[in-house]
Amino acid sequence: MSDSVAETKQATNREIIVARDVHKWFGQLHVLRGIDLTVNVGEVVVIFGASGSGKSTFIRTINRLEEHQRGTITVDGIELTNDIRNIAAVRSEIGMVFQSFNLFPHLTALQNITLAPMRVRKYARKDADAVGMKLLERVGIPEQAHKYPAQLSGGQQQRVAIARALAMNPKIMLFDEPTSALDPEMISEVLDVMRGLAEEQGMTMICVTHEMGFARAVANRMVFFDEGVIVEEGPPRQIFEAPQQERTKRFLSQILH
Amino acid sequence: MTAETLTPPATTIGPIGWLRANLFSGPVSAFVTVLVGAALVWLAIQVGGWATADARWSVVTDNLRVFLIGRYPGDLAWRIWLSLAIPSVLAGLSAGAFGRTTRTLAVTLSAVQALIAILIAFSPIGILGVVAYAANAAAVWVSYAVGRRARIPRRVLAGAWLVSLPITFVLIAGFRGTPLTPVGTNEWGGLLLTVLLAAVGIVLSFPLGVLLALGRRSRLPAVRILSTGYIELIRGVPLVTILFMADLILPLFLPGGWQLDRVARAMGGISLFSAAYVAENVRGGLQSIPSGQVEAAQALGLSGVQTNISIVLPQALRAVIPANVGLFISLLKDTTLVTIIGLLELLNVGRAVLGQPESLGARMEVYLFIAAVFFVLCYAMSQASYRLERQLGVGTR
Repeated sequence: MSDSVAETKQATNREIIVARDVHKWFGQLHVLRGIDLTVNVGEVVVIFGASGSGKSTFIRTINRLEEHQRGTITVDGIELTNDIRNIAAVRSEIGMVFQSFNLFPHLTALQNITLAPMRVRKYARKDADAVGMKLLERVGIPEQAHKYPAQLSGGQQQRVAIARALAMNPKIMLFDEPTSALDPEMISEVLDVMRGLAEEQGMTMICVTHEMGFARAVANRMVFFDEGVIVEEGPPRQIFEAPQQERTKRFLSQILH
Repeated sequence: MTAETLTPPATTIGPIGWLRANLFSGPVSAFVTVLVGAALVWLAIQVGGWATADARWSVVTDNLRVFLIGRYPGDLAWRIWLSLAIPSVLAGLSAGAFGRTTRTLAVTLSAVQALIAILIAFSPIGILGVVAYAANAAAVWVSYAVGRRARIPRRVLAGAWLVSLPITFVLIAGFRGTPLTPVGTNEWGGLLLTVLLAAVGIVLSFPLGVLLALGRRSRLPAVRILSTGYIELIRGVPLVTILFMADLILPLFLPGGWQLDRVARAMGGISLFSAAYVAENVRGGLQSIPSGQVEAAQALGLSGVQTNISIVLPQALRAVIPANVGLFISLLKDTTLVTIIGLLELLNVGRAVLGQPESLGARMEVYLFIAAVFFVLCYAMSQASYRLERQLGVGTR
């Protein structure tokens, strides 16, 4: 049932992220060995794989937190090069949520959200506050607006982080293991927000996650990374029920018990 | 099986409990307590007896004007009193608007001026000085009351503080061709000079140090090498050397006809010296910021400068408040070193006073007085920094 729900929410055919033959080295270590991936507008792509497989590094190249050294990455028609204007333009279209939240500890929840709209988009404080409060309501914690990150639970912090990314009105959201640092009872509150984002708003999303229930229910496509290459990709049903590659089968059997 | 809530045994709580636990927990501890207590009482009686009966405090009050302002002309001293009204009023207004840290500073400023008023009452300076200092001490409280009501915006106050420094300076230094007769800086001295050297040193070295720290981490090799070179060079040289350099060598490099007076040279030397240490403190703070903070800011589209101003520096500077205040306290005390280039700061004034025949045998009184003045200033700074830490630590650990 849930599969059919996900598949009715079909993504468009308009490409928004195009990665071609992306390579990346950390010193001598070859971490990305030729990644080809195209993501369409409205698509939810879940990337999974063992730690060290390059999945986090790859999504960090999409908004240039990591520089790729070969190949091309194009986001909404803008190619990521060393040109600082291109980088700024691409970053303004992409929101990112991190494993360790990375909220700004010296700012309240609301200030965390309004900082970028005010500094980058030059919103007046009043307008930014209004946007911020609306987003906090959307992630379900308007009453925490004036608390500092250290006063919030992990789940609440991650929801603030999602609201902070959304405040820039991005076309694409990147999630880098958003629930890995959370206590088990807080995982669902974050996944619910992400799911709402995908299903109600049709946000284009790339999620690195091992939450297979979430992947099955929400993803249009799953991508399996191993040792810096994409081993297999396909719709969730195919990946879960009929994986083609031996490595995919082995990894799935390990994490699904 | 519900457990009763019992009150703790009476002997473990309250002052008696504290005494038992900390001072009389056993026969040895009780013995040591009594012994040390007796020694302290004996010491207090000795010192107290000397300070009240034998000490000739008149050496301080008789020379109070020199201690306060050095050789600054007595009939122009009103300009210093007037210039003190500026920080008094601003401190009061700021305390009213911000509370906390600024309140500590305002209270200190008021108390110190009240204390000076009392001292002046015993000195030959005259009633006008008493009135002036008392009025300034009161002005702090009046403007505190005003500041609480008026809710002056932060930006206005910050701007006023910035403007107040040059105004104070002009008021004290005077200006040719105006009713404010110029007073050469070589006539400034005593507490006035000490405080000015320290204040200018702190105000100038802090931003310079922050820039150097950022420069040392810059991606541009030229900026990085220059900053690192500057920091290492300055830190490898004693302040005394730098003061000599500033005093003797700097004028040689200035274009002909340019003259920088002695006090300004000393201020420059102290600021340039202190900046290198501020830079190293701040660099420590910058390194303590996790890379995720910068990544989050970049991912949001903030530029490098915006990231530094809004994310990195506020956290880094807060982390290094204790270290920086420690540094500024030593800067205040290091101003005594300008003695060697012939400036009459507080300690040197003390030596000059002791050189007079009528001060014979009053070394203890003079040095104790000077030590007390430095202690009050340093202690106020350290208290203000604790307040600041607590105030800025809201919601974080």
